[in-house]
Amino acid sequence: MTVTTTTTETRPPERRSAVRSLLRLWPYVRPVRGRLVGAAFVGVVASCLGLVIPLALKWIVDGPVADRDPSGVWLGGVVLLVLGAAEAVLFWVRRVLVARPLARVEADMRAALFRHLQRLPVAFHDRWSSGQLLSRGTTDLMLMRMFLAFPLTFLLVNATTIVVGFVILLAQQWTLGLVLLAPVAPLVVLCWFFEERYSQAARTAQDQVGDVTTIVEESVLGIRIIKGFGQHRGQERAFGALSERLRATELGKAGLLGTLWALIMVLPELAIGAALLLGVVQVADGELSAGTLVAFLSTALALRWPVESLGFLLAMTNETATAADRFFEVMDVAEAAPGPTSPPGKPGAQDRGLRLDGVEFRYPDAPPDAPPVLRGVDLHIRPGETMALVGTTGSGKTTLTALIPRLHEATAGRITLDGEDVTALSRERLRGLVSVAFEEPTLFSASVGENVLMGAEGAGESDLKRALAVAQADFVDGLPDGHRTQVGEQGLSLSGGQRQRLALARAVVGNPRFLILDDPLSALDVHTEAAVEAALREVLATTTALVVAHRPSTVLLADRVALLSRGRIAAVGTHHELLHGNEEYASLMSGHEESEGRERDGGSPR
Amino acid sequence: MTTDVSGRPAAGKKGKGAEPVGDPFDRDVLPTPKGASRALLRSLLTPARGRVRLAVVLLLLQQAAVQAGPLLVAYAIDHGVPAVRRHDYGPLVAVGTGYVICALAAGLLQLAFVRLAARIGQGALLDLRGRIFRHAQTLSVDFHERYTSGRIVSRATTDVESIRELLNDGLQELMGVLLSVVYVSAMLLYLDWGLGAAAMVSFCPLYLFVRSYQRRSRLVYGKRSTAIAAVIVKFSETMNGIRPVQAFRRERVNEADFRLLNERHLRANGAVMLEMARYVVSARLAANAALAAIVLWGAYRVASGGLALGVLAASVMYLRRLYDPIDRLGMFLNAYQSAAASLEKIAGLLAQRPSVPEPAGPRPLPERPSGRPGREVVFDGVRFAYRTGGEVLPRFDLTLAAGRTVAVVGSTGAGKSTLAKLLARFYDPTEGRVLLDGVPLRELSGAELRRAVVMVTQEAFLFSGTVADNIAIGRPGATREDIEGAAKAIGAHDFITALPDGYDTDVRKRGGRISAGQRQLVGFARALLADPAVIVLDEATSSLDVPGERAVQRAMRTVLRGRTAVVIAHRLSTVEIADRVLVMADGRVVEDGTPAELTAGDGRFAALHRAWRDSLV
Repeated sequence: MTVTTTTTETRPPERRSAVRSLLRLWPYVRPVRGRLVGAAFVGVVASCLGLVIPLALKWIVDGPVADRDPSGVWLGGVVLLVLGAAEAVLFWVRRVLVARPLARVEADMRAALFRHLQRLPVAFHDRWSSGQLLSRGTTDLMLMRMFLAFPLTFLLVNATTIVVGFVILLAQQWTLGLVLLAPVAPLVVLCWFFEERYSQAARTAQDQVGDVTTIVEESVLGIRIIKGFGQHRGQERAFGALSERLRATELGKAGLLGTLWALIMVLPELAIGAALLLGVVQVADGELSAGTLVAFLSTALALRWPVESLGFLLAMTNETATAADRFFEVMDVAEAAPGPTSPPGKPGAQDRGLRLDGVEFRYPDAPPDAPPVLRGVDLHIRPGETMALVGTTGSGKTTLTALIPRLHEATAGRITLDGEDVTALSRERLRGLVSVAFEEPTLFSASVGENVLMGAEGAGESDLKRALAVAQADFVDGLPDGHRTQVGEQGLSLSGGQRQRLALARAVVGNPRFLILDDPLSALDVHTEAAVEAALREVLATTTALVVAHRPSTVLLADRVALLSRGRIAAVGTHHELLHGNEEYASLMSGHEESEGRERDGGSPR
Repeated sequence: MTTDVSGRPAAGKKGKGAEPVGDPFDRDVLPTPKGASRALLRSLLTPARGRVRLAVVLLLLQQAAVQAGPLLVAYAIDHGVPAVRRHDYGPLVAVGTGYVICALAAGLLQLAFVRLAARIGQGALLDLRGRIFRHAQTLSVDFHERYTSGRIVSRATTDVESIRELLNDGLQELMGVLLSVVYVSAMLLYLDWGLGAAAMVSFCPLYLFVRSYQRRSRLVYGKRSTAIAAVIVKFSETMNGIRPVQAFRRERVNEADFRLLNERHLRANGAVMLEMARYVVSARLAANAALAAIVLWGAYRVASGGLALGVLAASVMYLRRLYDPIDRLGMFLNAYQSAAASLEKIAGLLAQRPSVPEPAGPRPLPERPSGRPGREVVFDGVRFAYRTGGEVLPRFDLTLAAGRTVAVVGSTGAGKSTLAKLLARFYDPTEGRVLLDGVPLRELSGAELRRAVVMVTQEAFLFSGTVADNIAIGRPGATREDIEGAAKAIGAHDFITALPDGYDTDVRKRGGRISAGQRQLVGFARALLADPAVIVLDEATSSLDVPGERAVQRAMRTVLRGRTAVVIAHRLSTVEIADRVLVMADGRVVEDGTPAELTAGDGRFAALHRAWRDSLV
């Protein structure tokens, strides 16, 4: 298989270029690039306007105020008002420019992720919990949108503001400007340093939150076991230890953050204090106008936020790069090859039906020295025949069934449907031919009818009725809204047996040519089982079917039985043939020790 | 098959008793008693009362130090400059020293406050997480069957997280902003009451903007969280059910559905950002206009000699400080609102009382006579009905003799599982009592009960950890020999040793593919290790193949010999080892006898049994 990522908790390599990760976002950002550039431009202009305000203040103080000209003040006031209004409006324009387009970017990325994940092989999903995928589809994408909306713009805007601001300061009075400039370099370095350590601590905290979540989830999912064995104290201890560890990490985080904030607060204040003293002396000496000093201090104040913000903007950038890595980690997994890979051969008469030739399978993440689950399975199910598949727990029966609709890909060998290689069919067509009822029946949040009818395109009400009848799902009529009742995560929950019957109805609703049933009656009580079997016989008469069976009663649905043992088909024959001729089979079905089984079989023929 | 890491096993067998429409569980709104969330918050902070007071003092001092800056600037310009001109550097030195002290004090106080606030906040969160966890553990099984695991998880994570955000950053900033408003107003009034009054008047429109934003944002945020919830449900449902999705070619239909939900979220998301933009522009406009007006008036008064220049400069600095955090105020208010909503949900969960409470004065079980490992179970006038009204078990009496194995068969919904749950005290009967060697279950302590009665269910859940850890749940502290012994007795030893790391294989890591049947074997090994007097098996062999089932039966005949056992099964093969069989239908025992008696008769059991025997030949 083509999957390269192997575990769900892969940490990205520590040293990776944040810029390179972020550049990968470009294809998604491209459609809104104009808006983004526009927003950044507007941001720079707004920010520069903010810097002009102190200059207007200076003009008022040194001009009309110094000249004791009250009427001249008016003009200054109007200028201030206009600047202030312009600044506010530009803030608005910037946000409005990007609001919808960035929401669009987020939605597009989410849609792409969803589309991609649906097409990844089942083997991928076996290894990735849906929670891990979900956090990529929600939190990580939101982080990226926020990055595009703020840090990306403000890194540019604030850098420009700082440069422009200091040019203004230096131009007015270079000595004072240098005093104010002094803490900038150490501040940026310190912020960078602390943010690095802080985001490390934040990652640790995040992992620890994940551990706490796991134990909460498990303690609820396993509540019957915990209660059944009276083990809540042990769980509580484990939980207590984990949350105490989380608390310690959080306190460490707070310490880092507190130190950082203190530095951010103190260093510029000290520089401003020094500039104030120097400025007062200069004003007293007449080297500096009072207005300049006022403007100076106002500008310095206005520059504090851009300087302080650099640290956390860079940290957010880093975090977004991690989010982007996580996103692309999944997006980079190759989809299963879509098209035909081998030329369709001319089907001969002996090829009709479902045929497996030398089929081998090993899990892509299995250790290299482990034997393959299936090693050379040969099996031929004739057209219209029903074959039962029997084997001990863990012998690979379910795995084998997954190979036919290519939920897993056989690592070697050939599977043909009426002579056509399954790899030569498009998945779309293949899965239209083959219908499956899974061991663990899954219902989706939809009505009962929709859940069943998803088994066949274009099937109607009558098909639904027939399928429900086959599965003996008469309980559906007793539901509040009949087959329109909502089930699944957001609807009524049904019992295991009820869900299993709906899954069975779903599998048979479209009259598929090939039908695969994975232990379809395990959760049914004996009465219902017998009724379903009777109805199912009619369906099976017209399809080619493979039925995984644990029980003799299920086996009796089949024309012949195949015994799967040690990765191979060990024997094929009718139930009676195998029961008498194959010790392993006899022991599997009757459960008696092999010798005991023979005696009994020989002793009491019926 | 694979171990399902996130997937939830079937959410219990519910749906038997029809729930009334509009059940609070379905809408995820448990009734929260009035004032419960406030009381919860208070009880979380009470242990840290002293620290909270100290934190308030620190914040008051810190804000004072921060807000002293502009005042010193005013003093420097109005008094320092003339003094320096007179070559009197005294005032200047005083200002300089004051400035340095204030700056350092502000920084250090800030650090101290952040650390203290973190201690308070983390202490409260630790307490809160623990309470949720412990409470969820004490709540009865019937509660968990209705309140899905996802909801408890989101109480303990998302909701705690939003409270954390508020405690960590929000509250501190919010208090900072409010304090600075008070301080700044006071300073402005002190510097010049006219300017101060003008600044205070400017709060009125700002206050209105904040209020209106708060009102409107609640709406758009609500819409957005509903929209994202729908996206999340669709997303995880699809990924959890990827097999049927792919097998039934649902990809395109799903994509269309998802697009719809995604678009709805997009619009809601855009609306949130636009609402924020609206707020920012109106608040900024008001603030900048107020600033311009106040500066204009101040400058006019300085020009006409009515006001010192330094006072004007300080006022301008104060005003900027006053208006700066306005943008952020909107965000804090949102954090506050979502934390309040979370607190209410948590309070609702904590207000649920367990329906199976621990006894106040527990009674011990009588000593067992030597050589008698089982105990007698008596159902005395027991009736059971769901609280919503559906009667499951009509009143009945039943005695299960010590040391005997009783099989219970019958179709789905006949009440077999309820019987088992009453015996394991997952439920309490609506009427009557269940006695264990004459002691009512209600009067046994949890620990005593669990030592005596162990229930193994169909859903064999594995906890993270190794296979050995999972078996050891049956008896913490068991040696490796004990664990392997139990596994061997049940027939699980072979498959466990075939795993990549044998007994030390982590069940959640790769290579740990453990099938449903194998999980059930682990569950049995657990029960075997626990060595109870009474063992209840509820469909516990449903995923086993016949040899697996036989191995379990063998183990019960040898290892659990003499224990009282109640076996519920769909499969008749299980019944063969029973001393007595109960056939249930519609909550009543309709046939009762030894397997031989029932097989020989002409009841339901005999018919079923014949059909089963036929299939074996």
